[in-house]
Order: sequence, then structure tokens, then C-alpha cells
Amino acid sequence: MSKALQVVDLSMKFDDQEIFKKINFSLETGSMTALLGPNGAGKTTLVRILIGMLSPSHGYFELADDVKVGYVPQFRNIDPDYPLSIKSFIELNTPFWKSQKVKDQVNHILQETHLKGLADTRMGEASGGQKQRAYLAQALLDQPNFIILDEATASLDPKAKEELMSLIAHLNHEHKMTVLFVTHDIPLAKRYMKDYLYLSDGTVSQGKMEDFKESFN
Amino acid sequence: MFVYEFMRNAFWAATFIAITCGVVGVYVVARNFSFLAHTLSEIGFAGAAFAILMGLKPLTGMLIFALLGSIGVGELSMQTEQKESSISAISAFFVGLGILFLSLSSSSSSYATNILFGSIIGVSRSSVYQLVGLSVVVLLIIFAIQRPLNYDSFDHIGAAAHHINTGFIGVVFLVALAMAVSIGSQMVGSMLVFVLLTMPSSTARYLGKSIPSMLAWSVGLALLGVWAGLCLGYITNWPVTFFISVIEVTAYLLVYFTQAIKKRA
Repeated sequence: MSKALQVVDLSMKFDDQEIFKKINFSLETGSMTALLGPNGAGKTTLVRILIGMLSPSHGYFELADDVKVGYVPQFRNIDPDYPLSIKSFIELNTPFWKSQKVKDQVNHILQETHLKGLADTRMGEASGGQKQRAYLAQALLDQPNFIILDEATASLDPKAKEELMSLIAHLNHEHKMTVLFVTHDIPLAKRYMKDYLYLSDGTVSQGKMEDFKESFN
Repeated sequence: MFVYEFMRNAFWAATFIAITCGVVGVYVVARNFSFLAHTLSEIGFAGAAFAILMGLKPLTGMLIFALLGSIGVGELSMQTEQKESSISAISAFFVGLGILFLSLSSSSSSYATNILFGSIIGVSRSSVYQLVGLSVVVLLIIFAIQRPLNYDSFDHIGAAAHHINTGFIGVVFLVALAMAVSIGSQMVGSMLVFVLLTMPSSTARYLGKSIPSMLAWSVGLALLGVWAGLCLGYITNWPVTFFISVIEVTAYLLVYFTQAIKKRA
């Protein structure tokens, strides 16, 4: 199988604090990987480097030519008074006057993320699970084939977690989307993810999720 | 009423001011810039007073001060942790400065009243052209950056993750805001410019669920306020600003309480 991402000797330092040093790993196209590790291990930092929001202090990474990365950040500023509907939120990165193609795309994504019936619900009034699906839907509008989700299930109840994970499994299965899923929830990762990356003490280890033994909770 | 040229001028100016403030206001509220807009109007007040002292048009001074202030205050509001107190300090300083300029200029107190509370009736034809021109410039700026502005204003984290230059968009918007504050102040005065910049758009947040619908509600409510305000001011001879404030605040409270009752039901 071809490689979607290759990370080579990647290091990151903030002032004098070393986050990780010379880490190497690769992700295969269509793989489903959980990025695990204790708080402060540098998971979000690694993700931010991969999406180009941060520059590494040393080393580099390569994405395959046909890879387009989508990213669902960990936090969003959506308060209960937030006015936009789920549909309008998803459409934020589209032109003011939308072509039929964009409208069709939005409708398709609403359907795929099971938000069609909730399209007119205000984001501020949506449940945690609905909001997370809307964040994912917004990222999917760019038509990525590699999606990175940062702690997407952290604040969700068990039912909403299952819904979101089934959706991610569907994207991987049906659209062959490569998934990198940052989480602390090892049981959930064991159920849905196939591989793991474990970031701890500035190093990374990689393997099959079923073989993951370490616990940091 | 429209047989008088001063009323026709007032309506033309008011219409463009309302459209501009209605549009800009949607982003002011989305970005939590209400306090900043108020501060800019106080900086603008000092600018207008300075212009009078120098023998210039108040609008010119207001524009210069508000534009310079927008960059400085904007930087503070984004960088400083204690932004509220630092912005308050700037507000207080500029209001003080404005009072000093007015006192030094030994102009009549009606000048101060006009700057603080508006003076749309009696606006000359050339001033109307100036206000319309400035409104068009503000609307063109917003139109030119509308896609990243929409994204950044309503989902700052998502926009940053999409590599949108949110810092640049913020600065361009502040320039548009400074201009909107300056022209809005001609209508309702620098003390009450936030009535046009934040009230219609705050009401629109309850009524619209998409950016186009919020823009439409915000502009519609601003237009309703200034048109009705001018008519009522003409009939009663009471200040136009008073009527505009009452109309915008009433609309906001009506919608706010209706929504609160709906939520409870």
C-alpha cells in the first residue's frame, strides 16, 4: 500500500522546552490511526505541524502528491447564543453567492453526516454530538482524502461518541479516507481504529491498536 | 416633508449610513467588537474636536483619528490580556482630549452637541456626497474580503486552521469599522453611534440564521430606525437621535423577550 504521510526526523522545541525529538513514522493511504499519549506529550503540536500551522524546529514531513488534508480542531467558540444554523456554519468557507455545484456538495455532506434534518437548527442550540458532526462536515466540504481529528469525542456522551466514530469508520471504508484521530479514549480507539501512534517523552512508537498495552489514564 | 432640500439631503445621507452601519454591525457583533466600536467613536470625538480647533471639517478629523485609533486599539484588543481596562484608559484619555480641544477652539457649545449627539438635519448637499462616497468605500472593502471575513468572524478557529490570514482580515475590518464609526457619528453622534452599529445587528442575530439573512435584517432595522426617526423628528421637532435610539432598542427588547419566552415554552 502507498504511503499517505512520511515523517522524517521531526523535532519540535518551544524556547528551551523540547516537545519531541527526531520522530519518524509513516501512515499508509486508507489507514485508521489513533494518535495517543499523555497530556502535554505534543499531540496537538504534531497535528499543527502536519497541517502547516506550525513549522518544526528540525526535520520534515512529506504528504503524497494526491493527499488533501482536512482538519477538525479541538476547540471552537460556539456559545449558546451562536446564531448560525448548522448549514450556514458548514458553508462558512464558500462564496457568498453559491453555485449549484456548491449547494449540491453541501446537501450531500449534510446527508452523509446525518445532519440533513437538522440543517436549520442553530449551532448554539445543537447538541455536542451534532456540533462535532458539523465541524467534521465543514472540513469535509474541502473534499479531503486525509482527515485529522483532534479530541473530537472528548466532551461527548457515549451515544454521540458511537455516532461520530461510525461516521468516521464510514468515511474510511466507503471513501478510503486516511484517518488520524487524536484521543485519550483507549477503549474507543481499540474499537474503531486499526493502528496507533503513541507519543510520550519526546518519542513515538507505532503498532496495531489491538496490541496497544500501555495505559496513561 | 420632501419639498425641503434639507430633508431630502438628510434622507439620502441617513439611508447610506444605515446600510453601512447595518452591514458592518453584523461583523462588529460577531467579533465581539461592540466595546471597541464605542471606543473608536470616542477617539473620533477627539478627532472632530481637533478638526474644529484647526478649522477643518469635523468629519475629516474624526476619520483621521478613528483610522489611526483603529490600528492602535485593534492591536491592543488582540494582544493585551487586560484589554478592557487598557481600552477604557484610551477612551477616557481621548474624551478628555476632545473636551480640551473644544474648549481651546472657543467654538459654540452647539458644535459639541452636534458631534456628540448627531446633526443629520441640516446636512449640506456636498456633505451628502461625501457620506455616500465613504459608505460606498466601506461596503466595497467588506465586499472585497467577505469570504474570509465571514469565516473569521463566525468561526475564528476554523478560519485559522484553514490558513486564512486572520490578522490581516482583522486589520482591514478595523479600517472599515473606523470609517463606519465616523460616518455613523454624523447621523446619531459619537456618543450613540453604537445604536446603529450594534443594536440592529444584535436584533438580527435572533431573527436570522444565515449571514445573508442577518445582513438583511440588520440593514432593514437600521433603515427603519433612521427613516422613522427622521419622520418623527420632522413632525415633533424632537431630536432624531432620540427616536432612532428608542426604535432600535425597542426592536431589540421585543425580539429578545419573544425569544426568551419561546425558549422557556
